[in-house]
Amino acid sequence: MYDGGKIIFGIVVFLALVTFPIWFNVAVGKTDFAPDPKIVTVGEQCMASGEYMKRKHMDMLDVWRDRVVRDGQRTFIAPDGKEYEMSLSNTCMKCHPNKTEFCDQCHNYLAVTPYCWECHIEPKETTEVANGN
Amino acid sequence: MIEKALTGSKQYWGWVGLLLILIGIGFLTYLRQFNNGMYITGLGRDVPWGLYIAQFTFLVGVAASAVMVVLPYYLHNYKDFAKMTVLGEFLAIGSVIMCLLFVFVDIGNPIRILNMPLNPTPSSLLFWDMIVLSGYLFLNVLISQVTFSAERKGIKPPGWIKPFIIISIPWAVSIHTVTAFLYNGLAARPFWLTAILAPRFLASAFAAGPAFLVLICFLLKRFANYDVGEKALAKLGEIITYAMAINVFFVLLELFTALYSDIPEHLHHFEYLYLGIGDANFLVPWMWTSAVLSVVSLVLLLVPKFRANKGLFLLACITVIGSLWIEKGMGMVITGFVPSPLGKVVEYIPTLPEIMIVIGIWSVGFLVLTVFYKVAMAVRHQIGYK
Amino acid sequence: MGINRRNFIKLAGITAAVGVGGKKIMGELVDDTTGLPVVDTAQKASPLKAKRWAMVIDLKKCREKQGCTACINACHAVHNVPDLGNPKDEVKWIWKEDFEGAFPSADHKYLEEEIRNSHALVFCNHCDNPPCVRVCPTQATWRRKADGIVMMDMHRCIGCRYCVVACPYGSRSFNWRDPKPFIKEINPDYPTRMRGVVEKCNFCEERLDRGKMPACVEACPEKALVFGDLEDADSEVRKLLREHYTIRRKPSLGTNPEIYYIV
Repeated sequence: MYDGGKIIFGIVVFLALVTFPIWFNVAVGKTDFAPDPKIVTVGEQCMASGEYMKRKHMDMLDVWRDRVVRDGQRTFIAPDGKEYEMSLSNTCMKCHPNKTEFCDQCHNYLAVTPYCWECHIEPKETTEVANGN
Repeated sequence: MIEKALTGSKQYWGWVGLLLILIGIGFLTYLRQFNNGMYITGLGRDVPWGLYIAQFTFLVGVAASAVMVVLPYYLHNYKDFAKMTVLGEFLAIGSVIMCLLFVFVDIGNPIRILNMPLNPTPSSLLFWDMIVLSGYLFLNVLISQVTFSAERKGIKPPGWIKPFIIISIPWAVSIHTVTAFLYNGLAARPFWLTAILAPRFLASAFAAGPAFLVLICFLLKRFANYDVGEKALAKLGEIITYAMAINVFFVLLELFTALYSDIPEHLHHFEYLYLGIGDANFLVPWMWTSAVLSVVSLVLLLVPKFRANKGLFLLACITVIGSLWIEKGMGMVITGFVPSPLGKVVEYIPTLPEIMIVIGIWSVGFLVLTVFYKVAMAVRHQIGYK
Repeated sequence: MGINRRNFIKLAGITAAVGVGGKKIMGELVDDTTGLPVVDTAQKASPLKAKRWAMVIDLKKCREKQGCTACINACHAVHNVPDLGNPKDEVKWIWKEDFEGAFPSADHKYLEEEIRNSHALVFCNHCDNPPCVRVCPTQATWRRKADGIVMMDMHRCIGCRYCVVACPYGSRSFNWRDPKPFIKEINPDYPTRMRGVVEKCNFCEERLDRGKMPACVEACPEKALVFGDLEDADSEVRKLLREHYTIRRKPSLGTNPEIYYIV
């Protein structure tokens, strides 16, 4: 191999740089960070199970927007038969008005930036947990 | 083969370096447009398409014109074009790449560009333009790749490439026809609503594209010691002459229809183009320049003595390109919007960021061409192609 | 079928009352930004339906109240239309166009001056044969078969502006920049837009679904705008079309616009 030493050195430097964020977090001791979305609404009925929503909310919203805009259907019938208006701002955010503590928790952790909020209006944040509701 | 592009003279690297700087500036400017929106361009509600789409339209023509060397060489076995055909195919590749980039920078929501292939819409000419342009790019990459590597190995190109070559000929016509249809099917824009637009586009393409090729051949002779031969250049000269004459004829036909019929909604556009309406006269000096250039080019081309003179022939090619770049670029695109369907005369003047992005994309095209030609020259010198 | 007449009259009544002025009418709150009655969203109204929505605009009534912009204000407030303050980047759904611009073929030098100097209210014509729909490469705009509304999907639009180029009425606006900083007061019930998409009047399809008339119709103090089902021979629009001479914008282009003007 020509210039073997230089090549191996280059690879090592490259790997070190690429994995830097991991080393950095180990050094600072931030390895056990996990997102913790807060649900502020107490006692309200859930539209679907938390497990389902965790995995599928984005698909659901994708279907919702097509149904509303393209098919002109606005009512969603939940698994339990209850009807909801298919609206991010007016339905989802009614029960989850705390975007920073709810949506952004996981989105930031996973480095996804859904551009819903470029157009859809987020409610005024109520950071206080609506206890005893 | 690409490694051949990594060695070269100081001149070569100076040129590549300059292009890279211009590309860098264009790219940074594009990021500004991407992050802030297209309001940094001169475009607006009355003139929603401008410099970008004008370049696109002109370059689709340059791309299509490759057919003018491919057709005689492959279909009529015109051997004098042997050294030039691949140059034409490379020019087509470089031009289509520029076309696609110009469409891309003109789109307001580029991250959604895949919505086009994901929602195929046959009623939209833009959909067809996407298909014919990407198909044309594919065909030219395939054909030039296969024939050129065969040549390098000193063997005949495989037989299966022949159907692709033949398909590429009507395909070249199709890219410019569809691009004309993009404009001339719109009831809202009387200026473009003319059936002669597609033939006119083709005529101007077959003048401007070969003229480009002539310039490239001159440059290659000077800088790369590569000579396509006098006969090939003379033949290109004939093609340019016919095409340019036909183009001027078509433009005059358009003028006759508009001026003689005297229908205001057709007339106003030509009025804006050549005389200006009120204070709105940005295009007027450009259009008269274009008109003068096309007359000059025709004189130089039509008189055999002038055309045979190397310097004058070169000048003729430059005037052809200059004239057509103005006429079918800015002249054709912007005038369609002035006056607007509501009768408003709102002018469009490109902004500096817009011009920087345009220069950046042209530089990308020139870089692609430089690299391709460099490789081709190196290979041909190596195998002793004389 | 067609629109529920009783509902229509009821709504028209409310509109008229609001137009005349008070802040609280019939126990309903009036929104300060939009000037429209606030309807509790929880309280479900049955949607207004039609086979072919259309509008008749009485420009005579408009002329009587020169300078009135109630419909424009209402529409732009309801739909979060920004005020960019310059004509180049302007976004508008409904506006006043000078008579010659709106009806180039109806204009002549000796036309009644009152008409010639007047302005016509213009917006998307919701054409039966819309050129914008034909040219859109992503089907981000389409004509709803059920009621003829030309819709716009701002989630799908790639911002190529081919529709802007193809519209013979200049009804479409492109977002040359982020509109949010230019919206005076954001209506939380309707989304805003992002830069790089095209928008236009949607005949208030979101309001029709909630049983409400278009915002412009509701806001007009003169009831100069009448909205209804063209396919219903008893509808208000058909009645007006029977009783008055009406014109449309550029009918010769074959787009078949569904906004009719009483001049």
